[in-house]
Amino acid sequence: MNEFPLLTLTIWLPIIGGLVVLASGDQEKSLSKWTALAFAVLTFLVSLGLWIGFDSTTAQMQFVERTSWIPSFNVEYFLGVDGLSMPLIVLTTFISIFVVIAGWEVIRYKPSQYMAAFLIMEGIMVGVFSALDAVLFYVFWEAMLIPMFIIIGVWGGPNRVYATIKFFIYTFLGSVFMLVALIYMYFQSGSFSILDFHALELGMTAQTLIFIAFFLAFAVKVPMFPVHTWLPDAHVEAPTGGSVILAAIMLKIGGYGFLRFSLPITPDASADLAWVIIALSLIAIVYIGFVALVQQDMKKLIAYSSIAHMGFVTLGFFIVFTLALNPSVTGGAVMGIEGGMVQMISHGFISGALFLCVGVLYDRVHSREIADYGGVINTMPWFGAFMVYFAMANAGLPGTSGFVGEFMVILATFKASFWWALLAATTLILAAAFTLWMVKRVVFGEVKNEKVAALADLDLRERINLGALAAVVLLFGLWPAPLVNVMHVTVENLVAQVGVCKLPEAERGECVLPRPETVALIGH
Amino acid sequence: MENVYLTIVLAPLLGAIAAGFFGARLGRRGAHRATIAGVAVSAVLSLWVLARFIWGEATVFNGPVYTWLVSDGMRFEVGFLVDKLTAVMMATVTFVSLMVHLYTIGYMADDEHNWPHGALSGKNSYQRFFSYISLFTFSMLMLVMSNNFMQLFFGWEAVGLVSYLLIGFWSTRESAVFANLKAFLVNRVGDFGFILGIAAVGMYFGSMDYAEVFAKAPELADEQVAIFGGVSLMTLIGILLFIGAMGKSAQVPLHVWLPDSMEGPTPISALIHAATMVTAGVFMVARMSPLYELSETALSFILIVGASTAFFMGLIGLVQNDIKRVVAYSTLSQLGYMVTALGASAYAAGIFHLMTHAFFKALLFLAAGSVIIAMHHKQDISHMGGLRKYLPITWLTALIGSLALIGFPGFSGFFSKDAIIEAVGHSQLFGAGYATVLLTVGVFVTALYSFRMYFLVFHGRERMDEHTRHHLHESPWVVTVPLVLLAIPSVFIGWFAVEPMLIGDWWTTGDWSPIVVAHEHDTLHHLREHWHGQAAFVEHGMHALPFYLAMAGLALAALLWWVLHAWNPRIDELLQVFGGPVTRILQDKYGFDDFNQRFLAGGSRNLGRMFWITGDRTLIDGGMVNGSARTVGRLALRFRQLQTGYLYHYAIAMIIGLVGLLTIFVTL
Repeated sequence: MNEFPLLTLTIWLPIIGGLVVLASGDQEKSLSKWTALAFAVLTFLVSLGLWIGFDSTTAQMQFVERTSWIPSFNVEYFLGVDGLSMPLIVLTTFISIFVVIAGWEVIRYKPSQYMAAFLIMEGIMVGVFSALDAVLFYVFWEAMLIPMFIIIGVWGGPNRVYATIKFFIYTFLGSVFMLVALIYMYFQSGSFSILDFHALELGMTAQTLIFIAFFLAFAVKVPMFPVHTWLPDAHVEAPTGGSVILAAIMLKIGGYGFLRFSLPITPDASADLAWVIIALSLIAIVYIGFVALVQQDMKKLIAYSSIAHMGFVTLGFFIVFTLALNPSVTGGAVMGIEGGMVQMISHGFISGALFLCVGVLYDRVHSREIADYGGVINTMPWFGAFMVYFAMANAGLPGTSGFVGEFMVILATFKASFWWALLAATTLILAAAFTLWMVKRVVFGEVKNEKVAALADLDLRERINLGALAAVVLLFGLWPAPLVNVMHVTVENLVAQVGVCKLPEAERGECVLPRPETVALIGH
Repeated sequence: MENVYLTIVLAPLLGAIAAGFFGARLGRRGAHRATIAGVAVSAVLSLWVLARFIWGEATVFNGPVYTWLVSDGMRFEVGFLVDKLTAVMMATVTFVSLMVHLYTIGYMADDEHNWPHGALSGKNSYQRFFSYISLFTFSMLMLVMSNNFMQLFFGWEAVGLVSYLLIGFWSTRESAVFANLKAFLVNRVGDFGFILGIAAVGMYFGSMDYAEVFAKAPELADEQVAIFGGVSLMTLIGILLFIGAMGKSAQVPLHVWLPDSMEGPTPISALIHAATMVTAGVFMVARMSPLYELSETALSFILIVGASTAFFMGLIGLVQNDIKRVVAYSTLSQLGYMVTALGASAYAAGIFHLMTHAFFKALLFLAAGSVIIAMHHKQDISHMGGLRKYLPITWLTALIGSLALIGFPGFSGFFSKDAIIEAVGHSQLFGAGYATVLLTVGVFVTALYSFRMYFLVFHGRERMDEHTRHHLHESPWVVTVPLVLLAIPSVFIGWFAVEPMLIGDWWTTGDWSPIVVAHEHDTLHHLREHWHGQAAFVEHGMHALPFYLAMAGLALAALLWWVLHAWNPRIDELLQVFGGPVTRILQDKYGFDDFNQRFLAGGSRNLGRMFWITGDRTLIDGGMVNGSARTVGRLALRFRQLQTGYLYHYAIAMIIGLVGLLTIFVTL
């Protein structure tokens, strides 16, 4: 459709950049850093082309590129974006810039390899969001683990080996089942195109098994309770940049997977098992909220906060079925999914910024323990202001992007069930409690010790970094319409798609969702 | 007109941005000039808007500014609804805020040098303070001028944010940063109910817009919701929204944040307690009167909560010795009066009391601040006394404020409070009898604690130390001018506003009535019918029970804390012994703080620790994750023993396998 291979460029530009930086070596440290930054910025500008050229009136895939890759298995190099993936790609390229800047002076050990790992990671993640061929998707999906593994394993903290192994095995275990599901569907459809999978009629047993396979893969990534325990460990050991990428983008891949695979491919099984996901999401919001409250380590606290916030994402996605099956309420499904999407994007900015904040302190004091700080605002007023701001955003204050997604999901969930909404709304109290209590102990009060007394405030680089994120958080908080508008048609189309029974002719009697023929009639 | 409204909202915001971001460049004078200019513009324009409504020239404005979001067919907009109710609120908020801004110049003048609490929060704290109070004004204007629930929630939370920043302004004080966290969290508990209320509105009305919701409300009056075994939709919405109001307007049991908010500098106490923030809940219920009129259960709930707050919080004021805390408990009690009025459907009386209270409470706070400045930032009234001759302007204005507060006939508080008591007396709702008794007896309590403070501060022996007494002098003009400017409406506003706001048909003229009262709930009806002018109302008030109670309270206060206390200051100790357990209960503030601290805060921490240790670490990580790793490891050890490396072992295995396979093939 589109002449210029913009997606290919967005994927491969940072990867090539990464290789260039890698080749340049550590002799010229500033050169490799500036090269990395240049590639990161350039990639972001290229990806802006996706946003500008995006047609938000159609649910069709855009910027499609399709050529044969492994003809004998009908594997294709098939790329394209819609309203779900495009914002996530732009988020990826945007956040990557800050990761490069954040590592600027702090990383002294093999900086060029560090930068290269992040650039390659960036390309791979864009690949995950834009792949429309299942094999291509799977390759990018697994490839993503390698740079992350290296980032934590090489530049990580003292307990990094345990964390990397846990991270790797957890996520790998999940994705193996997904591979089986993808291959099964290839045998059914003769194609690896994800769009063909969407159209594939599957029986209830097959759907249920595929749903579980996908669930294992995506739930680990999100992460959902109870497969979340790798995340706090990985965050604690990861360098600042690694935490930012992990929280801001890698978690989103799980959420994206639910929308791209689980919902449209196995709508009947999803409808059948939605209650499981909803229950786990609510547990994530409430249970993890309490767990976050008692964390002593700032990174762990923010990691747990991420899990709780991602609970809103999965909640927003899966109430679709309750709403579709309840004839007495109108609407809500679209708002739930859009709310989940907004929550993902917003969480990318806010959690990224919070990890950068913790990184700022860690670079100076080399501790993440809350107890080692107190009265930081006296020596670092700029930092204190940013920290309070992002903490408020994390607590979902209206006027910041953190509010938008939560508000939409709570509104939509209320339509599904009063009690679910009640549990979800506890986040107003819990998120405020764990975030602001941390702020109180770290930022406010008397200067606690000599280390805090000796702290230097943010330098220009750090101020630019946090300031840019603060501006975006404010912008989408005050005016989220542009973000929601690009995904609107895609989400409506998705909701229409998942609201229809997909069982084959023989099993139609078991349909819980409306049957296609009745839906078609209403359509006339 | 839209531009005028935009200017009213944005002028304080611009001032806040200027002082906040460019404070260092503007300097102290530049910063207070910028913010005061901003608030002055909005105050003048707001008064003009109100005047136009009074003259009958203005029409109701209801329009969007921009579309925030459209999702699932629901529009979320930022927009303004300016009607008479809004106009009254705008004028009150901006006028009081302007006075507070002026006053702050004097109050914070010595902040960076003389403040006894040591290190100050940052270099440009003076500028930052001005930035915050302007931002507060902006937030409150967004709240009252909103035409939809989403923006209402925005203003609602923005007010919470700025109060968080201001209460914790002296961020090195542990008590201040404890208080601001507490205030924010307690407010969040209210907001938890509030957002569910908004979600309920969204679900059943399909709109966030006030006008659309109110228009559709009568249709849904009988709608039932299938929770708690079936409740009326209007009751559910009403109570959920009111939980939010309980947080902001500090009603029992969500009142606990307000006395602690005294940790902020005094100007902000005046702003929070008089015109902004705490009035948000009262305003919101009045704004939602078309919904509340449809649920008597919700109204009864409001009535009971309000009356309990009015009476029991007033009692605590009797045992406080911190000058600001006495005023704080008085605020709680007066908010209770307003809320009770709302519960009795006397929304107009609630708003009327909100307005009169805004003036005299701001006055009392600022007077208390003036006393605190004179006393070198000591706040304990047991070490004051006889300040009348040192601070003549403060004394006189404080006396006016106190008389207005106790509802002395003719003063502004008299009109509003008598109207509330009268209206509640005519209410037929469940709980109205209880409320009437509490409010009436509450008048006695109000007079007692108000004049206890008044006599202990301004009369009797001079109990301060020699050094402090030596330096006592009246505050500078930036402090006294706002006092005088607030004293004027504290005396007169009741007289002038009572007819349009309570008696006439001011609210209901025109095609949009901001306050809707069902015929059978019209508790102000009686007052209207027997109205013979202000003079007659004052005359009548002089022969009514509340007046006798107020005078009895005043007289008792004079006896105890003027006459007897001058004779022997240990009278207070005697009273405590005499009061016995009652005093102790009051000093414990009924144990709310202890309970919250121990069971809610402590309980949450314990629960979190339990979840973390038994859930995450033991069951998931210990059992599932590392447990499976261990299991795999153990199995691997077993399996490894199979690989012995002896050829005959492998040969036997092969033979067994071959035989097995052959058997299977043969039998097939």
